[in-house]
Amino acid sequence: MGNLLVASIIDGLLLGFVYGIAAMGLTLIWGVMDVINLSHGPIIALGMFAVYLLFSSFGLNPYLGLLVAAALGLLLGVIIYWIAVHRVIDAPHLSSLLATFAVNMIIIGIGTAIFGTAPRNVEFSLGSVALGPVTLLGTRVVAAFLAIAATLALYAFLYRTRAGKYIRAVANNRAAAELVGIPSSRILALSFGLGTMLAALSGALIASFFPFTILAGGRYELKSFVIGVLGGLGNPVGALFGGLILGLLEGVIPAFMETTWVPVVEFVLFVLILLVRPSGLLGAKE
Amino acid sequence: MKTLRSHIGLLLALGSVLALAVWPLITGKAITREEAFTILRAVALASSLNILLGYTGYVSFGHIVFFGLGGYVGFFLISQQGWSIWTAMAVGGLASGVLAFLLGKAILRLRGAYFALATIGVNEAVRAFINNFDLFGGPVGMTLNFQVYQDYGGPARALQMSFYVMAGITFLVVAVSYLVKTSKFGLGLLAIREDEDAAEVAGVVAPSAKTWAYVLSAVFPGIIGTLFFFKNGNVEPGPAFPLHLSIEMIVMLMLGGQGTVLGPIFGAAAYQRLRGELLTSAVFKNIQLSVAGAVLLVIVLFVPAGLIGWLRGRYPRLRRVLQ
Repeated sequence: MGNLLVASIIDGLLLGFVYGIAAMGLTLIWGVMDVINLSHGPIIALGMFAVYLLFSSFGLNPYLGLLVAAALGLLLGVIIYWIAVHRVIDAPHLSSLLATFAVNMIIIGIGTAIFGTAPRNVEFSLGSVALGPVTLLGTRVVAAFLAIAATLALYAFLYRTRAGKYIRAVANNRAAAELVGIPSSRILALSFGLGTMLAALSGALIASFFPFTILAGGRYELKSFVIGVLGGLGNPVGALFGGLILGLLEGVIPAFMETTWVPVVEFVLFVLILLVRPSGLLGAKE
Repeated sequence: MKTLRSHIGLLLALGSVLALAVWPLITGKAITREEAFTILRAVALASSLNILLGYTGYVSFGHIVFFGLGGYVGFFLISQQGWSIWTAMAVGGLASGVLAFLLGKAILRLRGAYFALATIGVNEAVRAFINNFDLFGGPVGMTLNFQVYQDYGGPARALQMSFYVMAGITFLVVAVSYLVKTSKFGLGLLAIREDEDAAEVAGVVAPSAKTWAYVLSAVFPGIIGTLFFFKNGNVEPGPAFPLHLSIEMIVMLMLGGQGTVLGPIFGAAAYQRLRGELLTSAVFKNIQLSVAGAVLLVIVLFVPAGLIGWLRGRYPRLRRVLQ
């Protein structure tokens, strides 16, 4: 029992890192432009399909496919921004929520027509790693490390590069950023693209160990909301932290009650945090 | 004559609902009745959401939770406790109203996107809970013994009766929606929508006004849920809390024009017709969701006020007629 619990906790934490970067994408977009991206789920699913298609048609290693998925995610995000978000960026929240949801419907509609809803699976394995009494799936360990690497890369980008500094300036005060000559619309498009890139990346990682359909992204989108609120919307480190909490819960809860209770706990926690501390456990963006 | 004139907006709205209710009588086909039922349900749901979203400006993304919860409670009373549909509908509506009251006190403090996220969370939490709640059948839900329909003159008669009850409820929702809009209470809600802090300064007790708007907009979906699942004969967690129907309700509002009485009626009817056309068309059948999404995107980006809102803005003279 003890070993099983330890294994389940570690497994949960490894997953938590991957959930974390999905949520980081959502929270980055919220932090920079106050938009909740409701097309997050379908983009996660597209990341899954990118890896799957490259692997099954061309035999491309999923970890190389990952890079393609991320690049496509970035491109798609920039396109979505210019078409659907740019016009409603200053409108009330309802408009941007609905505009991104419209994108969600468009992607899901086309995706369902092309891929159907039968579950897909990337037939790829890295064997397993034994740590004393605990055995871990290789793909999950790699996914967790890649998720950490992506987080570090994001931070390096936001703090060390000019474009990254522009993003932080726009997030901080868009009008002031424009006054000092930052092309704010292009920076917003880039930020949106980075957010969707992280979504596609998390989808690509999830595809390496879970079966999925075009609708699978919805689950992770909802998880991203929970995580984003846990860690504080607009706070990328908080997202990783929230992801770990969620992963931990998913590891621990099944030891005490049936697995089906996991979402009840998650969403009740979500609503409670929103009520008690809407800025999240780590605080929202400064 | 003068009173009739001043309420022409209400007459137009109620007339439209009446036309929907009479439509199957004219064609005399059961299939038209089913279609009209779906449209009336959409009109009633969209109009009740309008009381919160359109008048008060609070975007409830998980409004379907009240439909599902009310439906579950009502269905439980009919199928397991042997209650009649009438009392079950009342209790189903009451259950949703009570949930909204309790929730409202807490989550209506949140504004903008935080409120929208909280309502999604509430819907998912209730759905996940019902999935585990053995009294309500857990993941398999509950089914109605067909004997129950005998009390209402057999299944065919029960279906027909459900349709007229649905029409009656829709009539009521639209009337309430109009009364709210033209009342002092409604004026307070509109003030909250424009600027909540200013409204409070002007003497609107915002927390209680918002809560009552929330309760009002939750009671009707609860009643409709009970009727819908009674007509369906079974209830399951998936179909009872479909998040996408929640968002479709918002789409209907946007299409017709949020904050107007007539808007949700036209929006819901147009959306359902469009969906029906797409589902049956050879070209668009497979990508009907994408087409609906594209329509939504165009409306949000270019006509955010919706059809009725746009007409009111374009032709100020019509404002008295198009409430």
